[in-house]
Amino acid sequence: MNEIIEIPLERFRDEVLKLRTEKQMDFLESLTGMDWGESLGVIYHLESTVTGEKMVIKTSTNNRENPELPTVSDIWKAAELNEREVYDFYGIRFINHPDMRRLYLRNDWVGYPMRKDDDPMDERNPLRMNNEETIDSTTELKLNSDGTLEDQENIIFDDREYVINIGPQHPATHGVLRFRVSLEGETIKKLDANCGYIHRGIEKMCESLTYPQTLALTDRLDYLGAHQNRHALCMCIEKAMGVEVSERVQYIRTIMDELQRIDSHLLFYSCLCMDLGALTAFFYGFRDREKILDIFEETCGGRLTMNYNTIGGVQWDLHPNFIRRVKEFIPYMRGIIHEYHEVFTGNIIAHQRLKGVGVLSREDAISFGATGGTGRASGWACDVRKRIPYGVYDKVDFKEIIYTEGDCFARYMVRMDEIMESLCIIEQLIDNIPEGSYQEKMKPIIRVPEGSYYAAVEGSRGEFGVFIESHGEKNPYRVHFRSTGLPLVSVVDTISRGSKIADLIAIGGTLDYVVPDIDR
Amino acid sequence: MLTSLMPEGLAVFIECVVIGVCIILMYAILAIILIYMERKVCAFFQCRLGPNRVGKWGSMQVFADVIKMLIKEIISLKHSDRFLYELAPYMVIIASILAFSCIPINKGMGVLDFNVGVFFLLAASSIGVVGILLAGWGSNNKFSLIGAMRSGAQIISYELSVGLSILTMVVLMGTMQFSEIVEGQADGWFIFKGHIPALIAFVIYLIAGNAETNRGPFDLPEAESELTAGYHTEYSGMHFGFFYLAEYLNMFIVASVAATIFLGGWMPFHVVGLDSFNTVMDYIPGFIWFFGKAFFVVFLLMWIKWTFPRLRIDQILKLEWKYLVPISMVNLVIMVLIVVFGLHF
Repeated sequence: MNEIIEIPLERFRDEVLKLRTEKQMDFLESLTGMDWGESLGVIYHLESTVTGEKMVIKTSTNNRENPELPTVSDIWKAAELNEREVYDFYGIRFINHPDMRRLYLRNDWVGYPMRKDDDPMDERNPLRMNNEETIDSTTELKLNSDGTLEDQENIIFDDREYVINIGPQHPATHGVLRFRVSLEGETIKKLDANCGYIHRGIEKMCESLTYPQTLALTDRLDYLGAHQNRHALCMCIEKAMGVEVSERVQYIRTIMDELQRIDSHLLFYSCLCMDLGALTAFFYGFRDREKILDIFEETCGGRLTMNYNTIGGVQWDLHPNFIRRVKEFIPYMRGIIHEYHEVFTGNIIAHQRLKGVGVLSREDAISFGATGGTGRASGWACDVRKRIPYGVYDKVDFKEIIYTEGDCFARYMVRMDEIMESLCIIEQLIDNIPEGSYQEKMKPIIRVPEGSYYAAVEGSRGEFGVFIESHGEKNPYRVHFRSTGLPLVSVVDTISRGSKIADLIAIGGTLDYVVPDIDR
Repeated sequence: MLTSLMPEGLAVFIECVVIGVCIILMYAILAIILIYMERKVCAFFQCRLGPNRVGKWGSMQVFADVIKMLIKEIISLKHSDRFLYELAPYMVIIASILAFSCIPINKGMGVLDFNVGVFFLLAASSIGVVGILLAGWGSNNKFSLIGAMRSGAQIISYELSVGLSILTMVVLMGTMQFSEIVEGQADGWFIFKGHIPALIAFVIYLIAGNAETNRGPFDLPEAESELTAGYHTEYSGMHFGFFYLAEYLNMFIVASVAATIFLGGWMPFHVVGLDSFNTVMDYIPGFIWFFGKAFFVVFLLMWIKWTFPRLRIDQILKLEWKYLVPISMVNLVIMVLIVVFGLHF
């Protein structure tokens, strides 16, 4: 675990700017709001895509009444939404952040629920029966040149703009996400993402649960990366406790992660095709995804939320049929994927709809922290499996799929090629699963030693990270999940400006976000 | 016969009513067949079985759906332009029925048959777009409005290609009356007689006709993943049913016009010189020929719809104005030359 470097508030902006320019820390991996009792602060996980160096910094303020921290959203665009999240939960206002609205909670919410002294259940926040009012302006805490602070009102949409709602109930947002889009004819002028319609406060819930209990919630974040999410949390806790899991468990977890990735990418293919109007292709993907779900069902008992990984191992040993069925699936999938390409990839209309649409540059991808297939389609080698190998990824031979165009078609092709790579990984592992126990003996009550820990896996749609700060209790002091989807949503505005409303559907489809993972 | 019992005016009136009822009945029955066909065809394309619970092979499914739609509440909207909102589905369905009555189903079974039949059909079918625009405007819904605007741009553009490709065939046929058009194909269908330009016109007509009906890769006005349901988002019950019916019947109209103009309508397949073969073909009744051809074209349209993704609005207009219109114009000139020099069969 990297040591957390504390930077005092006064020097923070200068130090951070120095890190960005001199040490080329261009990737803000994770931004976590914290409440340490007497002080409120933020932890930043930074990484350099040039040197590969990682570092963790934090800053804090003792002013609990009016906590104010300098923003880093002009240095890393990823901070734009993350700082709004911190404001939402901790009430920390970021100086010079252009948009200080709540991100997840309603605008009329009272208090900041993640603060340790705030009780979100009290009578200040009853179940409201009226609709939330949409506000078209936002405030910014502006630092004037003479050092004084003032509130400035920024307009998001003015009265004369033709603003339509895409969502929260809309077929193409794949869940309850809401975009407010200002249109000129069919062309998108500006877009404002509104999150929080499925916010469940999972991070807050984790603080009052024991470690084994928190596991159940990770499957409900990105439901197409259930194994991977849980893998990350288990890995983080195991790392903190110094538990070594057996070789067999590593193999099982890796195979399950890859099956999950194929499952997710097949669903991606289906939904993208459906959004673009190719309904037949939709059924192709679902037909084959079913086979993976059947394999999961046999071993895990579940099809969507599998609850399979546990601290120190996995819940049950592999089903006797598992190896045979996986081995049947690999050649089947390889044989049938040409149908996918025939019905959709090669189609001239599909090319017209995807090529050159929604181009995300490599710089933007890094700055927004858009990892996973989206980042790799922009030419950024961001695969956690290669950067920080975990499981048995260091023992298998696989390619990291990278395209450089950064458009929708590249994002689509990355995922289609990754299906083949995942099959390749599984093929190398499935015959060599070593014997051994599938679970380490753990104490009935798990206490994680004091400290803070971070672990990341490559989820189906990007880097999924878990940050835990423990005070040695049986429940965590703070758990933060690095959402894979939030950076993807934050890039939508940038890459969809100037394109048609139909392109927004293609962009949303190829970014491949999953809403419960954004809202947490 | 009726004129001996009553004054002529009344007789004509009764005749009109009877024929009108017949048309509407046939319209409804055809819609039911088409909807069932679409469900089954698309299911088989998508590795599914399609409806199979209600009745044998699900054959009662559509009737059940019709009953459901008939008894559903028609919701009225706040802040909508009530008159236009309720007028819209009727405009669409009237345009569709008018066009439908032009189609000659069998020898002597054309309801509206006069010397500018083709022209009338084009004119009548283009009223439908007014209904769609009204629906979009009257609904007081931004999605509906975008859908209606798309639809307007698309249908009016593609009308041009439909017109030009039919015009190409009119040059070859030398008449605009449907009964004469069909009679003219007794010695070979126009698609064979007019060879290359006729084939080009056929393909262009199919593409443009598909766009006219808002189907297949051209279903942007209702693009459910972008605009939820486009111009008919706010309609319920039978008002929605009218849009739905009109969509299927328009597809059938497009198919049957293609069958009439290019594939000989109810005229059996004749080969000049093979008299015995021709006689055998004549034993098959004309309406079977007609429906066989029309449903073949319908199947082609469904095949396209269930294979292709949807186009974008600028691409749709580019396809029309940059490709289809110039090609049809050149095609028209070629056809004129061929007819002038007698190069057709």
